[in-house]
Formats: sequence, structure tokens, C-alpha cells
Amino acid sequence: MTESTISKSYKRNEDPRLLTGNGNYIDDIEIPGMLHVAIKRSDYAHAKINKIDTEEAKKMPGVVAVYTAEDLGDYWRPGPLQVPPPTVIKGSIFHARPLECIAKNKIRFSGEPVAVVVAESRYIAEDALDYIYLDIEPLEYVGDLEKSLDPGAPLIHEDLESNLSADVRQEVGSWEKAVAEADLVVKKRIVTKHVAGGAIENRGIVIQWDDSFKVLNVWATTQGPVPMRNSIAKYLGLMENQVRVMNPDIGGGFGPKIMSSQIDDVVIPWIAMKLKKPIKWVEDRRENFLGTTSERDQVHYAEIALKKDGTILGVKDEFYHNTGAYNPYGMTVPLNTQTHVISNYNIPNYFTRIIMVFTNQMVVTPVRGAGRSHGIFVMERLLDAAAKELGMDPIEIRRKNILPPESMPFRTGVIGQDFVESVLDSGDYPGALEKTLEAIEYEKFKKEIQPKLRAEGKHKGIGVIMFTEGTAVGPYEGAKVMVGVTGKVNVVCAYSNQGQGHYTTFAQVAANQLGVDIKDIEVVIGDTGQWQWGVGAFASRGMTLVGTAIHNAAVKVREKALNLASKILETPKEELELADGVVRIADLPEKFISLGELAMRANPTRGTVEEGMEPGLEAASYYGPPHGATGYGCLGLILDVDPETAKVKIERLVIADDCGTNINPMIVDGQIHGGLQMGIGEAFYENLVYDDYGQLVTASFMDYLFPQATDMPAKFEIKHIVTPSPLNPLGIKGIGEAGAICVPACFMQALEDAFEGMDLDITDSFMSPGKLYHYVQKAKGA
Amino acid sequence: MKPAPFDYYAPTSVEEALDKLTELGYSGKVLAGGQSLIPAMNFRMARPTALVDLNKVKELSYIKPTADGGLAIGTMTRDSVVEEDIMVNERYPILVKTIKHIAHKQIRNRGTFGGAIAHADPAAQLPAAALLLDANFKILSKAGERWVKATDFFIGPFMTVLEPEEMLAEVVLPPMPANTGASYQQVSRQKGGYAQAAVISTVTMDGSGKVKEARVALFSVGESALLASKPNQVLAGQVPTAEAIEEVAAYVAKNECDPGTDIHGTEEYRRNLVHVLVRRALTDAVQQAKK
Repeated sequence: MTESTISKSYKRNEDPRLLTGNGNYIDDIEIPGMLHVAIKRSDYAHAKINKIDTEEAKKMPGVVAVYTAEDLGDYWRPGPLQVPPPTVIKGSIFHARPLECIAKNKIRFSGEPVAVVVAESRYIAEDALDYIYLDIEPLEYVGDLEKSLDPGAPLIHEDLESNLSADVRQEVGSWEKAVAEADLVVKKRIVTKHVAGGAIENRGIVIQWDDSFKVLNVWATTQGPVPMRNSIAKYLGLMENQVRVMNPDIGGGFGPKIMSSQIDDVVIPWIAMKLKKPIKWVEDRRENFLGTTSERDQVHYAEIALKKDGTILGVKDEFYHNTGAYNPYGMTVPLNTQTHVISNYNIPNYFTRIIMVFTNQMVVTPVRGAGRSHGIFVMERLLDAAAKELGMDPIEIRRKNILPPESMPFRTGVIGQDFVESVLDSGDYPGALEKTLEAIEYEKFKKEIQPKLRAEGKHKGIGVIMFTEGTAVGPYEGAKVMVGVTGKVNVVCAYSNQGQGHYTTFAQVAANQLGVDIKDIEVVIGDTGQWQWGVGAFASRGMTLVGTAIHNAAVKVREKALNLASKILETPKEELELADGVVRIADLPEKFISLGELAMRANPTRGTVEEGMEPGLEAASYYGPPHGATGYGCLGLILDVDPETAKVKIERLVIADDCGTNINPMIVDGQIHGGLQMGIGEAFYENLVYDDYGQLVTASFMDYLFPQATDMPAKFEIKHIVTPSPLNPLGIKGIGEAGAICVPACFMQALEDAFEGMDLDITDSFMSPGKLYHYVQKAKGA
Repeated sequence: MKPAPFDYYAPTSVEEALDKLTELGYSGKVLAGGQSLIPAMNFRMARPTALVDLNKVKELSYIKPTADGGLAIGTMTRDSVVEEDIMVNERYPILVKTIKHIAHKQIRNRGTFGGAIAHADPAAQLPAAALLLDANFKILSKAGERWVKATDFFIGPFMTVLEPEEMLAEVVLPPMPANTGASYQQVSRQKGGYAQAAVISTVTMDGSGKVKEARVALFSVGESALLASKPNQVLAGQVPTAEAIEEVAAYVAKNECDPGTDIHGTEEYRRNLVHVLVRRALTDAVQQAKK
């Protein structure tokens, strides 16, 4: 039997190339005669455009062209709408207002593009931005989620009656009934804060129109090459095979790179075709902060109804969700919030309502976590508040209500981002809780360590919370596996890789069926010229969906190889095995044929073939799950707070996580590490701040604090639980967002515990020392 | 994030550099390590017409002992060179500790000692260290040299007494008195990041348990680096009791700094930090002095 390549921590295939500086990123691409783009962005958050004067800019030496919305003529149009609203939720309201690629009559957020300069260098293009003059009438800025719906609030889209973007209600059981039966109802106003995606590499695009072959070559940092290809083809009136979208190496995505309706996706391809010149645009950090997308801004009015013994009867959660100036990404984020509020516990009655509003802020689309973080924060904060009211230990109330393993699969009754009911497919939720409590020595800390510290005037607190991570949603992904004549294997998909390790993990899946070294598997990702079909990298779905498609394709290729070898070796295929790059007779290993030779013979060039024969050691496969696979876990933190300066140090961090089968446990750990770093950022460092006029105050890394390696705890203590998902043959669930969604809830619980006896009552997902100081002062009555 | 057009000059001697600065007048701007100026230019917040790059002027990079037991540091000496210099480590351990808080190693490898002082960022470490250590600055122009004490050098945020045709050429540190302890205290949001409040202190004891001199420099809490006067007024000649130190710390926080409210903290919070950090710095410096 050949050795499995699954669940092994292979070092990454891609690392030698990347670590020796041989990566090829978007800005590394140079094409002779290439022109460069700079984008004029609005300084105002809300304004009517009277005129944009580009004459002076056009005259500057080195400037090739300047375009405004007017100059785009008929090509200008809003959209596309990337994600439609779910029609399955009855009574939903959704006012689609997709992004305007370039502002036409009106500016709706500070940073919105108003003109594009094409020049011989990026320097010249930026110089020219100063000579574009805007004649505008400033309008009142709308930034407050709740006040945006006030009667008389300035309208962001004047054709609508209000700034309401969507209103979606879902109910499971009856909240009214829960209240009627409850001994206690706890209400909280809970706020989650605005954060950026902050990939180390910003967005970028290089476009070359090949006028002789009538092909548009596009290199882009997109997370979704196929949808981008389709969108560009549709806009420019080309066939799909005339547009080739290719991912170079990409330095992180985290969500904002899934957007394919921004100026770079819609306007720059048009300019490249018009000018018949290669064009490059690489977003700078300031533009990324101002003009790309961000997330997390919600205000919840949440209630929990309980029995005296802590049994949850119901939850009600009505929340405002800031979608920014447009809503091109539908309701993905707030739908995720709706499903993640209730997903660890038995909550028989649940009413949830999204009130999505337009504001004069940058567009909100998924950022790693994508609504999950908010839901978890709301539920866990409600539980802590309820425990406090009931005089219960926060762990006891969780133990009391947590879903037991025998309840799996658990149907939540709530429609999720994939427009089907959210189903928790598998897992041992109490097991994760107990494992974390044991690892972090909860009892010992509470009973022995903390009282001693208290007596010394020290403020250390512990927090333990649960989370689920809805992952691996549909609709589908596909892949092609092909054995080459050298015996090396090609795995091709049109997914997208931003650093997740797919060149290794996808190879492991194929190698497991084909008996070749993973180094002999070349994985091609994100090239629509090599593979036509796919959706994109989001929702922690790559390993599950593409991985399963690769597995299924590799099984077919294996069958093909065995069938062919069986004829050649004149041996029943049951007696054959694939190992070391050959097919051999298991009991007679010196009798074999190499995969390369088989590949050659699988493509006969003379003679005849049997009917139904498919050439090549090649197969394609597609996989689409009925619903997502749900990962889950438990986070424990011990925080050490300096009560005088309010500085916070993470003393211990323990996480138990279940993402089903770990294809590569080292890479799984890496995903958890990176996620936790983002989670710590959300809780403690990162916050996008707009001033009273809609100017983003935090438009650089000087003001927007991104967590650094030096800010991380000394150790992430990771405990794995493996409950294979029943939904796919390898038992995989996603892991990309686990760490990023669980920290704020735990952080706030631990801070409150550090100041036990004082009622800090933290209902905000972001807590800097400067804020914590005031919470403590307030609790002291100072 | 590309700078606006500018002229660039790279003189190889002090004389040549001074000629160029005189010629350019207000249009010229000295480029030292570039760790602050270049990002400001990339943001187009700074748009100098011409840069006079001193990186090729080798004669401005040195650390030399002075006759009285102090040190003279050439303006273009890299922060990391000062940080690792044996003499600096022996004579001014507090300076080494201070430099280690400047951003990150990679930035200290490029950033220069004189450049940071001439840049006069109110949130920077070295202007405060120069005040604390009572540094003396050699300023050169074509007309000759003049000497300015650190206490007379800084006049506001990013503003000094330097004229456009002048350059800060050398920083002279007087010897550290015997029986001196020192302490560096800061609260910043991130390691290597800007401080929300920071205090550097030296305390010299007189040998009989009383304070001979107490110096407290503050930065990131006003329009420039500050040297507080109250600590020495109260503590000199006194036994530095916890009560006396607390009184000084409270006074400095209330009256001798001017932190504003920003996105990371309110004025109230930052005055509280000054209070706590001055107390901790003086307490620690006294302990160090007794060792």
C-alpha cells in the first residue's frame, strides 16, 4: 500500500521560490511601452458634481489621456452587482445600488474615483492629479448608521426614499413565546467596529490588449479570476476566450480583492483597449484605505430570554449594518452575522433583522470573518451579560446551552450567505470547550492564581468563548488533473491563491491518489486561459471545494491509469498499485510501467480507439456542496492589564479548533496564527475612524495600527479536534477565518474579568488602552 | 505615493554641501537618513524643491570621545551605530536604551542621530534625549560655526533655530556625572510605534542619600520635546521620598506638558500616563543611582 499524503505537514512547495525573492507579483510585471495610471479621488464625502476640468492635466508632458465619467460615454454604467440578494427569504427588501466605477453626477464617499490619468510613468500620472479641478457642491455627510434613517437625513441615492439599503427578517420559533416564558430578558446595545483588510500587497492590474489576436491579457490580484473574466468580457463585448485573467503571485487577499466592480476592473480594461497600449495600475496604501472595501461596522440591539437556571429560551437581534455608499456585494456580510449569532447553542426561538443602511463611507464587503465575528461577539457578550445577571459563572451558562454532539447535523432554520439553510454538519462543541478549559487551567486560575494576584493588586483576567465558522459554501469549484509525458502531474484550477499554501495542499490531495511525490505536482491556480470554470477564493472554501474537485478528478485519473496499465501489464487492476510515479504489480514490484509512459500511450497518434475513449491521463471534476461545512472552536485568553496605564498584555492564548481533516496541519496552524493576529488587531489595534465630515482619519499605517509580529503573544497554543465533515470524501471544513472571528468576544470577557467587581460592561468590539482607561474610570465612579 | 518632482544634489564634502545649501536657500532641504522625510514626500505632505543628500559626506559620520569624558557624535552617524558603540554603551547607557525604542532595527540602520534631532518631531526620542543629556549642537554654515544648547534649539513642532543655509553637524554630550541613575518609560500602542507619552529621566545623587540633580525629559506630549523644571526644583537637595516623587509627577502631568486628544487617547488619559510614567521614571532612576 502506498503511503498517504494527507494529514502531513509537508513544507510548502512554493516557499523556496518566494523566500529567495523569485516571486512574481503584479508590480513586477513590465511590458515594453507600458503606461501607468493614477486615479483622482474625491476629497469630499458627499457632493454634487458640476464639472470636472481635466484640460490642464491633459496638457502636461508625459500625460497620454485623462478620463472622467463623461469621457466614458455609453460605456459608463453602474455595476455589476456581484452578489444578488437572497430571494428565498420572504418579505426581504433589497435596493441594489452597485458601485459606480467612476463618479458621474455625484460623489458618495471620500476617496471615490472621479477621474483617471494615464501617463508615461506613475510619477507623472500622480503629478497630473493636482491639475484636475473639481467644481462641486458639498452635501451634508451621512456617517451615523442609526441616524442615516432619520426623516430628513440627506439621501445618498436620491432616487430612493431613504438611506435604507436592505431590510431582512428571519424568525425561528417565536421570540414572543420565549419572552412570555422567560424569567429574565437581558438587553444590550452592542457595537462592532470598522476595520480594513490590510493585505501586505494592495490591489493591482496590468492589462494588455493584443490587437492582432484580439485577446485581452489581464494580470490581476483578484480573488476571483473567472467572475472577473466574465465581467470584463460582458462589459467590453468580448467572448470569454478573448479575455484571459491571470493571477500573478499575490500578497494576501482577505476579501477586498474579491471585488471586481471597481474602477480598476471596469474602467482600466476599457482604456487599455481604447489606447491599444499595455497599462499598469497598482493601488497605493492610501488608496487602499480610502477607496477599497472594509467591514465590521454594525450596531446591534440584542436581547436574550432565559430561565432562572440559565437555559436560553430565545434571542432577538435587530441590527444596523453599514454597507457604505453602495451595496455591490449584496448581503453576504449581514447574512453571515444572522447565522453566526446562534450557531453554538441551542436557541429554540430566534428573531433576527438586518437593517442595512447606506452611508457616505467606503463600500463594505467581506473582510476575513465577513460578518461571523459580529454574530459571535453579540452572542458571547449576551451570554456574559446574562451570566452576570443570574450570578452564574460564564462557563456554566455556556455548558448549559451548548449544542451536544448528538444534535449533529443541526438545522438552524436560518438562511445564510449561500441562500440555503445554515446546517451545522458535525462536531463536538462541548469537547472543544472542555479541552480549552483544561489547557488554560481555568479552574486553577480562577480559584488559586487570580485571588492571589488580586491580593497583590494585579489585574489579570481570563476569558473563554465559543465560536463557529461557517465555511466551504457553494456554489461550486472545479479542477483538472493531468499526468504529463514526463510523469509529472499538472493540477489546474481557476481558484486564486493569496498565500494559503495551495501549491502544496492541492498537490497533497492529487498525490494521494496518484502515488507521485508532491514536488512532482505542478499546481496552476488562477489562469482562465488554462481552466475556464470556478468562482473564487472566499468563505474559507478553497481546500474543501477545490480540494474535493481535485480529489475526485485524481480518482478518475487513477482509474484511467489503472485500466490502461492493466491492459499493458496483462494484470487485473485489483492487483496493481500506484506508487513512486509508476503503476506496478503489487506482488511483483519490478514489473511496472511509468506514469509518463502511460500518459504517452493514453494519447495514441495512430491506429484506432475504443468507442467512448477519452484521451490522456486527464480528468476534470466539479464539486458543489448542498450547504457549507461548519468549523468551530473555543478560544481562551489570559490578559494582564496594567491598571495605571491600561496597557494590556496577552499572557496566554489557547485555541481548540475543528476544521475536519487537516490536509497539512502546519498550514492549518498557519491559518490559525494569521487569523488570530487579525482577531487581535480587531479587538485591540485596528479601527477605521471617520471624522465628522466623512474624512478617513486613519488612511495610513501611521494612524491605522496593524498588529505586528512583535505585538503577538509569545505562543499560540493550538489544540486540534478532528471531526471529519460528512459532506465531502476527505472530510474537510474550512479554517481561513477561525482565528479572525473569535478574539474580540474573548478579549472583552477577559478584560471584564481582570476588573472583576467593577462593572466595565464592555459592548464594543474594539478596546484600546485609551478607551479601557475611561471604562475603568467610569466603573470606579470617577 | 510618489513624490512630487524635486532636484537632487549629493555633495561629498561638508564644504560642498554648505555651498549648495547657501545657493538653494529656502528651496533646499537636507536629506539625512530619510526615514521621516521620504515618507512625507511620498505622501506629498512635504514638497521640497531640492534635496541636499548628506549620505556621501563621510566626514559627518563618527563618534569621538571628548577631553572632559563626554562624546561628540557626527550628525550622519546611524542610530544603530550609536546604539552599538562601546563608548556610548559605557558612558550613556540611557541613550542606548532610548535608541532601542526608535522604530525598528531596519529603520535605525538608516536613520541618523543628527537627522532625527534636526527634524524635531515632537514624538521622537532623540530631541528629548538631547535635552535630557544637556547636549550642545555644532551648527555649520558658509559663514562659520555656531554652538547652540539643546534647550535653545527646539522652537516648535518640526521647528528649530536652524537657518536654511545651515546644517547641524555635530552633537556633543557632556559627561554623565557620577552617581547618576537613569530610566526610560513609555506607553505606545505598538512596539516601535509612536509613544502616547514618554519620559526619560536622570537622577544624580549626592552620596548622602539626597538628590543632587533630577532631570526629566518628556516627548510625544507637547509641541516639542520638553524638559520639565519642577522635578529638580522639588527634589534637588532632598531625599527622594515616594511622596515627593508623586508630588512632582502630578505637577508635571498637570502643568508641564500639553498632550492633546487624538484617535488613540484623550488628553485626560495621556496626562494620566505622564503622571504614572514620571513617577515610575524618577523612582527607577533613583534606584539605579543607588546601585
